[in-house]
Parts: sequence; structure tokens; C-alpha cells
Amino acid sequence: MTPQHTTAAAVAVGDPVLQTVGVTKSFSGVRALEGVDFELRAGEIHTLVGENGAGKSTLIKVLTGVYTPDGGEVRYAGETVHFRRPADAQHAGISTIYQEVNLVPLLSVARNIFLGREPRRFGLIDVGAMNKRARELMAELGIDIDVTAELGRLGLGSQQMVALARAMSVDSRVVIMDEPTSSLESAEVETLFRVARGLRDRGVGLVFVSHRLDELWELCDRVTILRDGQWVHTGPMAQTTRLELVSKMLGRDVDEVRAGGATEFGASHRQSGEPALVVSGLDVANRLHGVDLTVHPGEVVGLAGLLGSGRSETVKAVYGALKARSGEVSVAGRKVRTGSVRGALASGVALLSEDRKAEGIVPDLSVRDNIALAVLPRMSRAGVVSEARIDALVDTFMKRLRIKASSPDQKVRELSGGNQQKVLIARWLATEPTVFLLDEPTRGIDVGAKAEVQALIDELAEQGLAVVLISSEMDELVEGADRIVVLHDGHVQAELDSTDLSSSELLAALAGDRAADPQAPIETEGQHA
Amino acid sequence: MSDSTATATAPGSTGSTGGPGGSGRSGTRFDVDWVRRNGVFVALGVLLLANVFLTDNFVSTGTLRLQLVQVAPVVIVALGMALVIGTEGIDLSVGAVMALAAALIPLYVGYGSVGAIVVGLVGGVVVGLLAGVLVGVVGVQPIVATLGLMVAVRGVANLFGGEIKSIREPGLVSLGTGDVAGVPYVVLIAAVVSLVVWLVVRRSTYGRQLVAIGGNKLAAQLAGLPVRRVLVTTYVVSGLLAAMAGILLAARSQASDPTKLGQLMELSAITAVVIGGTPLSGGQVRILGTIAGALLMQLITATLIFHDIPDSTAQIVQAVIVIAAVYVQLGRGKARRS
Repeated sequence: MTPQHTTAAAVAVGDPVLQTVGVTKSFSGVRALEGVDFELRAGEIHTLVGENGAGKSTLIKVLTGVYTPDGGEVRYAGETVHFRRPADAQHAGISTIYQEVNLVPLLSVARNIFLGREPRRFGLIDVGAMNKRARELMAELGIDIDVTAELGRLGLGSQQMVALARAMSVDSRVVIMDEPTSSLESAEVETLFRVARGLRDRGVGLVFVSHRLDELWELCDRVTILRDGQWVHTGPMAQTTRLELVSKMLGRDVDEVRAGGATEFGASHRQSGEPALVVSGLDVANRLHGVDLTVHPGEVVGLAGLLGSGRSETVKAVYGALKARSGEVSVAGRKVRTGSVRGALASGVALLSEDRKAEGIVPDLSVRDNIALAVLPRMSRAGVVSEARIDALVDTFMKRLRIKASSPDQKVRELSGGNQQKVLIARWLATEPTVFLLDEPTRGIDVGAKAEVQALIDELAEQGLAVVLISSEMDELVEGADRIVVLHDGHVQAELDSTDLSSSELLAALAGDRAADPQAPIETEGQHA
Repeated sequence: MSDSTATATAPGSTGSTGGPGGSGRSGTRFDVDWVRRNGVFVALGVLLLANVFLTDNFVSTGTLRLQLVQVAPVVIVALGMALVIGTEGIDLSVGAVMALAAALIPLYVGYGSVGAIVVGLVGGVVVGLLAGVLVGVVGVQPIVATLGLMVAVRGVANLFGGEIKSIREPGLVSLGTGDVAGVPYVVLIAAVVSLVVWLVVRRSTYGRQLVAIGGNKLAAQLAGLPVRRVLVTTYVVSGLLAAMAGILLAARSQASDPTKLGQLMELSAITAVVIGGTPLSGGQVRILGTIAGALLMQLITATLIFHDIPDSTAQIVQAVIVIAAVYVQLGRGKARRS
């Protein structure tokens, strides 16, 4: 927090350099971190693992001074510290590298490395000396980049190397890398890892966060797993199996999953006939690599996968909200123009998006206007809206979905999360879809609404709708879906029939690791051909 | 889109009753939201009453007529601005568009008044189309796109117009100065435009989509709304209305001065919209509030002039009111988040 930490006592390799002890942090009453202990040693690469909402980013923000913890303490080089601003942590020697590089794109590489600490002569920046030192630094790191080039002209990977070089040049004790690899090519990842290992060997402590699980074993020495804001596990990476890691991350013991009765889902409902949705070879740059998916009318197909596996990207690409590089989508036998939301909607595809606030509700509009939003042209004649038709539509859906609002004219932002979700489901059902893509339909809503939404999904399938269900909750997938397609790193890893699905199979499939646990062989193709 | 617009009978009415309470739901506590929505009507009512008692000869047809004639172009421009702000945009080019339309009039008056007016309006539509494409299709920030157009279009107007040209064509002169049963054409046109825009916002598919896009663009896109088309249309409407105002102003003054005409009109229009209770963050369009906002600013200026207070003071008073209006909006935002 104050400059003296820059010269804090040196930490021997293997000793803790950055620690949290019982750190607690809440946001408007919601616990994001609950008594989390974390220890980073000098000279190690330590990975933080957890699903969405586990508290990873909150913990990183506490470590880097973005958030002040409500309780517990942060220790740096053996002393308790109180970072009030990110700058405090930076001055103390903690560098952070985000996916989005926070450097100045219009300045040269060398200027960026020495930003704020430029070598000066006669009060002016000594460009010659600066470039020379930058070149030396780059050579030391084995990075081949022209230090006089404008940073913004470099690729994202190179920009991250520059950020690392900067971290080195300020003599950082700790480097925190938050999803640095998510948009890098594999060659760039190699270089990044080499530089990271180099830093480790100099006694720097590194925190590494990535949703690409394979990378963790390749790079990291130790792992700490968080779940629901709590510490779950810390141990050496080499002694942690994939299955163990994933089951701890998801909070499911291997035998617990198939307990049943945890959801409102009823019987399975497979129907034969022509498929309602056929997706083949769907390819999105850096995200999806040839995803195939078939859904029949009356069938609920679950999409499973860990964070970053491409679940949301798959449904978004089908819906046209994400540009697909190649691949075909057809609905009820007719080809759908990809890359166009309006085209998808017109073909009978609807998407309930994962992010209710940002991509779903229009907060200041009424329940009524929100429900009618996607069907306004159908409710109009010659460009004039028919209030009577909208009233009838809204009335039907408010009753059918039991939407609790003081009146149809109540603003949607005043409703509970569960009722907002029902309003959005009503919006999509009003378009009379044949394929309904549901991305985490029950996340963040109360137990009652959750049960209602689950029962509704069942009901819709029984009425012949083809449903794609994305959920991070295993119960929901196992009980709600007739079939589960497991995605891993943007491709289909496995396809499982949920009627004879064992929990260890699903876990192993989620981990993307067929060989890790010989007790859990994965049957992929041919199971229900 | 709001309680006050819903119950109003005709746009152009001063709304001096303060509007029907939208506060019933929110209890008896002091309600910032209510002030934001209805403050402009209350202020207008109070100022009218004060003038009735304190200003000599205020209640005369001559005074009222003059005030309404002066405010009419501002109302027309502000209505277009309200639509643009409803999409979370802004249109700084309106003043320059007024000058362009006015500059085109003397050039094409040879085709008769109607021909010249059509050419002027087309000029406004073209600029609006440009702004709409820049914002809606190319994705330039509205403030940047229309700031550029503001400068460029003013330049084009000067190129066409050069110096002050007088307008003698009888049709145009009577448009600017004539009346029907004592109501000046200019005021009548402003009233009709108000009614049309009000109906569009309330009843048309386009109006509903506009408000949804301003409220959450991403959600609107994912709901399959024609976002580009609505944005382009909105800037075209703003350009058209600005051109209309420019032509009326030139017809009234019987002269077209491309360097002066419409100057700072963008600020007057934005002011009317903002103090009328339309948030700059989009998602709402308050037509009656905008009209009341324009009337209020007009009346404040007039009041100060009646009482021999210098123009510079009037400007300061206007600035204070705008800041207060924005402050009330911010207060509401904070209250929502807590």
C-alpha cells in the first residue's frame, strides 16, 4: 500500500509470498467469498480453479487491491497489507495480466514496458536507452518483438508478452494471470508458458487462471479449488486427477449425482420422426470446432460442459447471434441462414439467453411490452400496434406461466428474477418456436420459480417442442434431458443417453478425459443409434 | 409511454395541472421520480401564474401569440431530438440542417414555394440518412457522427447560401406570417407535428421498437428487432423535422442567413427534451414533457426580457435549470440502484 513494500523483506523460494487468511467479501448481502484461505509461494505457479460464481475473480480482485475484503486479511511477504487501490498492489510488486491487456495501444512496446518509469536525460525520455533496455529484456525472455513497434499493431499474444515483460521489469514478486490464454494461438501459448516458467525459476510467485484444463497440468505446480465462494481444496497439481478436480469444482461426489428427485423434471419423452433441429459442422473462430447436434420434436437434449467448453457459443451460433465460420443449421428440414437472428427467429428458433439482464429484459419497459417485444410486427396492422391483440397475448401467458406482477404495466425491473425469467420465456413462446434453446434457464432464480420453470420445460417438450437445455447443474441435466451432449474445448466430446447414465461417466466426460479413470469408461457413439 | 402522456388530451396544451400523479404507487414520501416526470409541468404552471400577476399586459393575445410563434420551431426540432435521445443517441446536426434547408429555399424558389419546400425537406432527409447510416450501420458514436455533420452541413449551407438572401415569394411569406382564425400557421404546424409524433410513439410498431432499442439494444437485437432500420429512420425523422423548422423560420423572417439560422438550436432542443424528463440514457420518449420543456425555456427567456433582465442572465438561468434537470435524473438513477 505504501512504497516501503517495494523493498519488503525478500521471500525465499518455497515460502509464502502472498496469502489470504479467512477472507470474506459480500456484495449487497450476497457472499462472494466466505473465509477463503489461499497461499501463493515464491517460485511456484499456482492455479485457481472454479466454475462461474465460485469466487475466483473476486479473490483475484482482493489480491490486487480492486476490492477491500470485509473480513480476514491479506498478507504479502509475511506482513499484513491493506491495499486500497490497484496501484497500491502494483507498487508493492504485484502485477496482473488480464485477457484484455491494459496497456496503451498507441505507444511503442518499449514505452509501454517502461510507462511511468522511462529512463530520462535532461528531463526528456531517453529513447535510445529505453529501447536498448527493452531489447535486452525481450532477449532475456526469448521474445522476438520489435520494441519500437506500436503496441496496438501487435497480436494479442504479443501484447501479453509485453505485459509480462513489463511485470518483469518492475521486479514483480507476484504475477497474476487471469485467463491469459483464452484468445491465443497455440504457438503464442507456448511462448507465454516459457516466459511464465522463466519467471517462476527466478523466484516469482504466479497465479494462473484458465478454463482450459489441459493447460493446468502442463504449467502449474499447485492448485486451489473454490466453489460457491468457499475454499474446497489445495494440493499439488501432479497428485490431482482430472476427475477429482472436476468433481470438487462442481461439488458432486461421484455417487451423489444419480440420487434423483432433486428437480421437477418428470418422465423422459423421446419422440421419433423427422428431427426438428439438425446442426452439422458448426464452426466459430477460436470457440467451436465442428459441432454436430440433432434434436427431435418432443425431445430435451442437454448440453453439458465446463466453463469455456462452447455451450453458450453453440446455441448462440445456432440462433445467429454469433458469426459461424462454417456449418449448417436446419429446422424441420429447411436450411436456416446462419448469422442472422431474424432469419433464425423466422425459421422457428428461439433462444433464452444466459444473461437475463444484459441480453434479455428491457428493464424500463412494462411486463406487457417485454412479452410482446419479439412479436410486435405480428401484433400490428399497417405499422399500428393492436393493443387488444397484445392484451390477449399477455393475458394468456401471464396466466399460463403464473407471472406475478402487480399489473401487466408494471416495469419489468421491479419483478423478482424468477418472474423476469418467466416474462422472457413468455416472450419466446409468443413467437411460437419449433426449437427452443434454453441457456441456464434456472440460474439465479428462487427455488419455487426454478421448479416451475423445470416443470414447464417438461410440458413444452410433451407438446412437441424441440428443446436444447444448457445447465451447469448435473441434476438438471440428468433428470431433465433425454440425451446429453458433452462439449469440451468447442467440440462434441461425448453423447450420453441419460436413462442409463452413470454419474462417473458424466463427470469423466465433463472433464474431457477418457483415460483418467479406468473405472469410468465413456461410451460415446453407438449407444442409442 | 408515461402516465402523463397517456392521459393528456391534446399535445400543445400547457399541462399546467402538473399532470396526473404517477406517484400513487410509490407512497407518500418525496418522490424524485415524480419530480422528474412532472416537474416541468409544475414549473411551467407556476411561471405562467407568476407572469399573469406580475407582468403587465402578459395576458393578451399579442403576447401569447408571439411566444407561441417563437417556440414553434424549437418544439418541432425538439420532437425529433426526443426520438433520437430515446434510442440513446443525440443529434447535434439539427441546427446546421435548419440552415441548409433555409439556404436551399431561395435557390429553388423558381419552382414555386411547394417545390422549394420539398427540396429543403429532402436536404434534411439526406443529412438524417447520413447520420442514421453512420450511427446505425457503421456504428459511429452518435455524438461524433452528428458533430461531424454539424460542422460539414453548416459549411455546405454557407456554400449554397453565401450571404443573407431575402425571401419574397408570397406563398412562403404567408406560410411564415399568415394564420387561420388567429392561430399562426407556424403554431398550427407545430401542433400537428406534435400530435403525429405523439401517436407514432404511442401506437406504432416503430415507436415501440425505438423505445425498446433505447432501453436495451442487445436484448432488442436478440429479439429480432430491426435495429438498424429503426435507428436510420429515427435520424431521418430528426433531419426532416429540423429542415421543416428551418424553412418555417426562414419564411417567418423572410430571409435565409446560412451562418446564423438555427445556431445553438441543437442545445435548445436537447434542453427541452432533458427538462421534459426524457433520460439521456434512452429507453423513454416523453413528448408532452418535451413540448412543456420548450415552452418553459421560452417563457423563462420572455419573463426575463419583460422585466429588463439582460440576455446573459437569461442564459445563466437556463444553464442552472438544465443542470438541475440532469441532477434530478441522476438522483433517480442512484435511488434505483440502492
